[in-house]
Amino acid sequence: MKLVKDLVDNIKPHFDKGGKLEKLHYVFDGFETFLFVPGTTTKHGVHIRDSMDLKRTMVMVIFAMIPCLLFGMWNVGYQHYLAYGMETTPWENFLFGAIKTTPIIIVSYVSGLTVEFIFATMNKHSISEGYLVTGMLIPLTLPVTTPLWMVALGGIFCTLLGKEIFGGTGMNFMNPALLARAFLFFAFPAFLSGEIWTDLSPEAGHSIVDGYSGATNLVAFDYNIDNIQSASSMFWGFEQGSIGETSVFCILLGAAFLILTGVGSWRIILSVFVGGYLMGFVMNLLAPAGDLTHAMHMPAHHHWLIGSFAFGAVFMATDPVSASHTPTGKYIYGLLIGAFAVILRVFNPAYPEGIMLSILLFNVFAPLIDHLVVEQHIKKRLKHAQ
Amino acid sequence: MGKAVHIRKGFDIKLVGKASNETAHAPISSVFAIQPPDFKTLIPKLLAKQGDEVLAGQPLFYDKDRPEIKIPSPVSGEVVEIVRGAKRVILEVRIVPDKENRYVTFDVPKTLTKENITALLLESGCWSYIRQRPFSTIADPEKPPKSIFVSCFDSAPLAPDNNYIIGSEKENFQRGLSVLNTLAAGNLNVGIAEGQADLIGNSISTDKTHQINGPHPAGNVGIQIHHIDRIKKGEIVWYVNPQDVVIIGRLFGSGKYQAERTIAITGSLTQKPSYVKALTGQPLKDIIGDKITFTDNTRVIQGNVLTGRTTYEDNFLSFYETQISAIPEGKEPEFFGWLLPGLDKLSLSRSFFSWITPKKKYDLTTNTHGEERAFVMSGEYEKVLPMDIMPVQLLKSIMAQDLERMENLGIYEVSEEDFALCEFVCTSKIDVQRVVGEGLEYFRIEG
Repeated sequence: MKLVKDLVDNIKPHFDKGGKLEKLHYVFDGFETFLFVPGTTTKHGVHIRDSMDLKRTMVMVIFAMIPCLLFGMWNVGYQHYLAYGMETTPWENFLFGAIKTTPIIIVSYVSGLTVEFIFATMNKHSISEGYLVTGMLIPLTLPVTTPLWMVALGGIFCTLLGKEIFGGTGMNFMNPALLARAFLFFAFPAFLSGEIWTDLSPEAGHSIVDGYSGATNLVAFDYNIDNIQSASSMFWGFEQGSIGETSVFCILLGAAFLILTGVGSWRIILSVFVGGYLMGFVMNLLAPAGDLTHAMHMPAHHHWLIGSFAFGAVFMATDPVSASHTPTGKYIYGLLIGAFAVILRVFNPAYPEGIMLSILLFNVFAPLIDHLVVEQHIKKRLKHAQ
Repeated sequence: MGKAVHIRKGFDIKLVGKASNETAHAPISSVFAIQPPDFKTLIPKLLAKQGDEVLAGQPLFYDKDRPEIKIPSPVSGEVVEIVRGAKRVILEVRIVPDKENRYVTFDVPKTLTKENITALLLESGCWSYIRQRPFSTIADPEKPPKSIFVSCFDSAPLAPDNNYIIGSEKENFQRGLSVLNTLAAGNLNVGIAEGQADLIGNSISTDKTHQINGPHPAGNVGIQIHHIDRIKKGEIVWYVNPQDVVIIGRLFGSGKYQAERTIAITGSLTQKPSYVKALTGQPLKDIIGDKITFTDNTRVIQGNVLTGRTTYEDNFLSFYETQISAIPEGKEPEFFGWLLPGLDKLSLSRSFFSWITPKKKYDLTTNTHGEERAFVMSGEYEKVLPMDIMPVQLLKSIMAQDLERMENLGIYEVSEEDFALCEFVCTSKIDVQRVVGEGLEYFRIEG
């Protein structure tokens, strides 16, 4: 540790004002504060500060995503070998998945952080920690077959147009990671829909089994709700899908961690689930009686299990910047996201993943929701005042 | 019994270095200084010149805008120096005290009325202990308040224990309360913690004694006003600190301005934290003695660690202060500090393992634990502000200088100190108290 500190102190003058690499000051600063929590002290106002900072916050979110990531890696391998009908050990599955997934994660971080560094240098501001989470969210929401250049494009697009043009972390009005996902989905539909969910790179001496279907439960339920897998496989995550979103169990582990640490808003998570359930229930009531396999007949709680509903509720809707900021607003925001996600899923098979579009939609509406909540609060206050 | 207020939102910051119930007397000092900057918005006009002899209780200067408001000398002696700063602003009026304190003796009226109480408080300079919300300035005697508030307990970190301090001066305290009650035409509200009813005795009617439970900032007078008698636009509430009530009580008992108060010397860098009896304007080094050593790695604060201000060896005790805190500076960078489990790190969030030991007392430094960032995390301030106020929206309206919105969101009800915990918990390390101060300043200037 002392060694690292000495090294950092040694090269620091080059990046300070007047140094050879003065222009890269903020990039250096980003790395330095990453290694060492700086020794800055309080100047005015309070003399002591809570130990929590944005780095810690972001790291907590990454910790919460680790179960999803590890399970996702295993599942990538599992689905691959399943398609080829091969008997493999869990370890082999995991290894295959890790080899396929790691490059996506690296490319996501490198592309997005490069844009962040360029902007920090140009605009002379310190590097914010937001991308630590975004960089992990992007890979988890993509199918493992996504080409790496596309991942890079997503990372660059969301940092540039989702965040930096508005002034950086804290100023964006849409969830950057989800924006990247939506951008890729609409720009390259051939790569993000259809039979792309399982890595089908050839295995010597094996061919794809006859019964293999590349359709996810999300696509299947729209045609016939009896075609989806059992609730328990969907809960544990033995299904095809994006890398990190299949296991509702792992997502709930992450949710528990976020709520326990106080980093994620339980109001939003809870109300997205409730909103989805209620809308699913309304669908059941209104479903055509003659067609018992119609999507509207799907039991409401299955909406929690199929697709990325749970992942979106826990990791995407809770982004504190793009969500509602007021406590009451968070309930409304969450309920609407859950409800709209189900509507989109059921009635619009062209965009099977309703939760993505629903969250982006209500990201845009969050300031309006907050505005109404605040106006209501002011009205109540004025009533008190008379 | 008045209202019972249960406060749920808030956060008790438990630190090491609480003062034990022992009191020493500060030695007699060779010089005293009364500091006009202690009084928010007051523009001093001198009444005593260099070389003048003054008695304890004799006014040293008055407020240019409100000449009836005078600041008294705590000791008798000779005015030896007027210390001025930039643009000749008066920073200190220095007095070399006599060996034996000589007092101005004021006539205490036999039957007290609102008018003669006001007159005596103004004449003796003790009026300066009565402050008003909004703005936390010295109260305006021309504009009567709807009520006066006294909070009998302080919930801030390592705050002095008023049960101990006031307990030994109950008589003066109760006399002070009944004087204030008359001044407020029966509208004196007192906020007490559990078990403090004894301090009040029969001095005021019990239906104006309100029991307040809950974590910090439950002891803040602003929070108590909010829950008991909210300030609406155009309304004024006065408030007095408990130790200042004692001083007023002494004045009405003896006719003398006796400015002695009990100061809690606290914090992890204080040797044997305890209490010291001292006078307003006394040199800090005499009060502190060898309890605190001033070094580069010690932050000495007049007041508590949330709202106090940094102070140095050659400073003097401020007018309203009852506490001194000494904590370590946190200048050491910490290797991967944001990744450590953090058993010794205090946080309102439960992202450090310290949350499994809720009773632990912490030795916190002045380190900011991270750098300032744009506002990201929502819902944090709301957890520690027990008021019907939307803190983030209010702060944003202040930053946008939107006066109407500030008013609608309740700027008149708040003071910087009520937002100190919001500033403490802020993940983005924003200077919340400074912003609130700016907002209040817009309105004060607007009048």
